[in-house]
Amino acid sequence: MTSARDITEAVNPPRAVFLNFPLGHQTGKPNQPELQRQIVRDAMRAFETIQAPGTIIDLPYGWNPNDNGWEETDYTLGFLPPRPEKVDADRIEASRRAKFT
Amino acid sequence: MPVAYIPRTRELYSDYTPYRWVINNNRPPWTPLTKSIAECRVALMSSGGLLYRDQPRFHREDASYRRIPKDAARADLDVWHFGYRTEDARTDPNCVFPLARMRELEKEGTIGELADPAYSFMGGIYSSRKVRDELAPRITDELKKARVEAFYLVPA
Repeated sequence: MTSARDITEAVNPPRAVFLNFPLGHQTGKPNQPELQRQIVRDAMRAFETIQAPGTIIDLPYGWNPNDNGWEETDYTLGFLPPRPEKVDADRIEASRRAKFT
Repeated sequence: MPVAYIPRTRELYSDYTPYRWVINNNRPPWTPLTKSIAECRVALMSSGGLLYRDQPRFHREDASYRRIPKDAARADLDVWHFGYRTEDARTDPNCVFPLARMRELEKEGTIGELADPAYSFMGGIYSSRKVRDELAPRITDELKKARVEAFYLVPA
């Protein structure tokens, strides 16, 4: 699948399915299995329907019919989370790993 | 309207040398599907930085990948990535790594079989050469050995 249609147009893979959702939501919204299932089903169908190499299929689902505000802010200044310092990253990782040991 | 991420990336990183995007003008490599996807072994892969249980986190320019058992529960999964906002993926990994959905599609026969394991890597790798020469060949070798017939790559 592709979350960035312009990048995929340049890369030109054999088959691609584009969904115009914010980054981090390429197969749907959290805790909405029906929408997720629909997206994934469409992607599986594309394996069979795409005949010409380099085709990008556009899925018809919209993020929010009343508000496309996310399109203005996605991947702009201030959008990305700060990368933690190593000491903080180590601490976060230690607490995650501790749950499983 | 699809967002244009190439100019956005240029703006975000305007202090750096402009990124040299991968551009492939030739016809993509093409393997036709010789049977229905309902008869295929399909592998799930995500560049969203998913981790299974106590697997180590990803580092900068990390071309490593993680194997995620196909029966992994939601509580077994976490996300490590700084190229997108990961709150929703951490709440429900199926937003970028639809493992539970693929298991359902396998059960209902929409796909022939979900390959085990699924794969995850951290897609924020500056060096496309590293991806092309290190990450991609290693994963595809495993996929070939496992006789995977199609793979479903979900970006973040």
